[in-house]
Amino acid sequence: MSERSSNGGASILAVDHLTVSLAGHEVLRDVSFSIEPGEFTGLIGSNGAGKTTLFRVILGLQAAHGTVLVGGAPRSRRNPLIGYVPQKFQLDPDVPLRTRDLVGLGLDAHRYGIAVPTRARRARVDEMLEAVDARGFADARVGTLSGGEQQRVLIAHALIAAPKLLLLDEPLANLDLRSGNEVVALLARIASEQQIAVLISAHEMNPLLPVIDRIVYLAGGRAASGTTEEVVRTSVLSALYGHHVDVLQVHGRVLVVAGEAGELADSGDHSHTQTQVEIIA
Amino acid sequence: MSQQLAAIFAPGFFTSQIVQVAATVSAVAALVCGTVGVFTVIRGQSFAGEALGDISTTGGSGAFLVSAGPLWGFGVAAVAASAVMELIGIQRPRGRDLATGIVLGAGLGLAALFLYLDSVYDNTTGATVSIVFGSMFAITSSSIPAVGAFSALALCLVAALGRPLLLSSVSPELAAARGIPVRFVGAAFLLALAIAVALAAFTIGTILATALLVGPAATALRLTRSPARAIAAAAAIGIASCWLGIVLSYDSYDWYHQSGESWPVSFFVVTLIFFGYLLSGLPQRRRRRRPSVASDPASGPTLS
Amino acid sequence: MFSGFMVHAWMVASIVAIVAGLVGFFVVLRGSAFVAHAIPNGSFAGAVAASLIGVNTLIGFGLFALFGALSIGALGHRGRHDVATALTLVLMLGLGALFVSLSVEYAPEVYSLLFGEILGVSTSQLIPTAALAVVCLIAIALLYRPLMLSSLLPDVAESRGIATGRIDLAFLAVVALATTMTVPVVGTLLIFSLMIGAPAAARSFTDKPLQALGLSVAIALAIVWAAIALSYQTNLPVGFFVGTVSAASYTVGRLCAAWRRNANRGRSTIHRLPAASR
Repeated sequence: MSERSSNGGASILAVDHLTVSLAGHEVLRDVSFSIEPGEFTGLIGSNGAGKTTLFRVILGLQAAHGTVLVGGAPRSRRNPLIGYVPQKFQLDPDVPLRTRDLVGLGLDAHRYGIAVPTRARRARVDEMLEAVDARGFADARVGTLSGGEQQRVLIAHALIAAPKLLLLDEPLANLDLRSGNEVVALLARIASEQQIAVLISAHEMNPLLPVIDRIVYLAGGRAASGTTEEVVRTSVLSALYGHHVDVLQVHGRVLVVAGEAGELADSGDHSHTQTQVEIIA
Repeated sequence: MSQQLAAIFAPGFFTSQIVQVAATVSAVAALVCGTVGVFTVIRGQSFAGEALGDISTTGGSGAFLVSAGPLWGFGVAAVAASAVMELIGIQRPRGRDLATGIVLGAGLGLAALFLYLDSVYDNTTGATVSIVFGSMFAITSSSIPAVGAFSALALCLVAALGRPLLLSSVSPELAAARGIPVRFVGAAFLLALAIAVALAAFTIGTILATALLVGPAATALRLTRSPARAIAAAAAIGIASCWLGIVLSYDSYDWYHQSGESWPVSFFVVTLIFFGYLLSGLPQRRRRRRPSVASDPASGPTLS
Repeated sequence: MFSGFMVHAWMVASIVAIVAGLVGFFVVLRGSAFVAHAIPNGSFAGAVAASLIGVNTLIGFGLFALFGALSIGALGHRGRHDVATALTLVLMLGLGALFVSLSVEYAPEVYSLLFGEILGVSTSQLIPTAALAVVCLIAIALLYRPLMLSSLLPDVAESRGIATGRIDLAFLAVVALATTMTVPVVGTLLIFSLMIGAPAAARSFTDKPLQALGLSVAIALAIVWAAIALSYQTNLPVGFFVGTVSAASYTVGRLCAAWRRNANRGRSTIHRLPAASR
């Protein structure tokens, strides 16, 4: 398993020998990886692989064994270094809340009391709206926006607090291909321009492959991390899944294909028929 | 043995016609409420049930004004209110509580008017208490046919809706994908809900109707795994609570000799249901959060 | 209409409307209409109990409202209160039924507790109502931002270290407090229509949250004033007018919103083109 040992120091996020159990079941086992400032990282795994759990651990919302250092310091709740964009977001069009109001809440929502509307505050909100190309619907109700627009607004909401690490939970899951590509391009730009490390979870890696510097691949509760070339290989992923998988390149896209686990165990014969083959990532 | 029985069942309990009618009507109402209630809880429409119950106060007080039977008033008001809720937008998950709330507010306003008029014309104030809190012991045997008709209607509706109702309650998206007219099913169910609530209001009072509707169903859903078993269990719990409530209320005549009054049967029924729900949470607490994590790649095929 | 005891009615009713409009805004935002119905409704039992043992009914209201809020918070988890609310409510109402039956001459007062007695407000009620109102206002102002975020985006709120569970409980307590002060005036059943109708109407008229909050208060005031005036003129119960005027204002709001949407449709698509073309 080509794991990069976490070198601490300059890393914005260093996860070392992390093990997480939910109700007696090990969801993550001995996971180690690190992310440098400004790096764009894809957290890849199928549904239930533990992506959201890993996020909750990093955010300090989930107990775990092992060490997680954010900006060199132990993880904690209310960490101003981390911005978070959740997976689910549903807001009724009836709710009186404009795009700029939601972004403004990102600035200081953890403080008590009502925000004082200053010129500086407004300018900061405008700047963020500009950064995510949301000026056009700054005064529209958030509930009336499309999925891609809402995703951009949530990114602005997270960015306005000036985090050093941005966590996005499956931001592409509910977007069409074009909106998804727009969001990915936006994030890549933000990562390089503002030197913010981005950790983006997805169950499918192809939209991310052109832009990511590093991949963290979760399967079977364990993780492999490194560059795409280092991780997305037959040998590495087979070791991770605990049985043989094939990594195929088809029309410039990467497919991870598995046969029946039981059948693979008895021989090295890989001549599966179509029905036995399963594309898993 | 018979002496012990006599300690539980006060003399005259089984021969009293009042008790017989109360036991019959409450059993039928509990059966209907158990059936409808299970779907109500799955759909997250407890508030709609509660609102319809309260709004039947409007119908009950209106019926009192025109000297009609209260059950008809309950039924008409609940059905009318459910129609308005459906029109305003109870089918949207986030707007649901609001639609219910608006209709409830308006309905209660009307109830305030009717109850006031009741007291003006009749010169008594008993209408408020008897409608709002109800009393099983005040039900006359002449209302049994109407109760039967209402119950049959509600049960037939639920049975006819059957599987589409279950699927669209569990997952509206899934149901819509299979071509089920989700909105029509929802509206038809709301009608069944209105009838069930009217029956419950007739049995334990408008303001307590939710107890019979939601309590046994929520308890049953905690204890069982299949919907059919949940319905059976909910009906059983509802009937048991009602009958036990009747026994306790009947016995309570003798608890305080000086008062010469019994404690209200609705109080006992509601309290029994509530503690039943609390008790049912105990075994569940132990098996909560079974991991549903699938790390096996074969279990989650995702095309890329 | 503005003389003698009526002055108190106007003043107390105005205070009630301000609090209901304010608290109601968050009730509607969080979709917790059921809770706003259950807490006042259930606390009615407390008032009956208080009068049974000869204590000030306000204390009974307060204790039961708080009990209701806490048990709803404890029984429901992660913001899902549906069944917990229903059962807490019926337990309290069951107790209410018991207390009503125990007090022999209570029947006439049940009506006024359920539907309010705004025209019979006395001077002695003015001070405690105003005091509780101030506490409510301060609590809402303090909680404003974390409450807003945890209502809209609970996941994000948690990630930023906001204790959403505690915020939830604090808000339930505020509803209980608002209930305690408003219920003796407009009745258990109708405080609810004020808390729901006014904010629901307000959000049809504006997109800005603070403006919607202010509008919600204004509409609540208008509803209450109209209801008192109408009740005074017609001699019909004030609760009837609160309920129906609330529903009417919501209907007007919905119609206006629909009209505004139609009028805006052409403009907003042009407005948004540059963003979409990128």
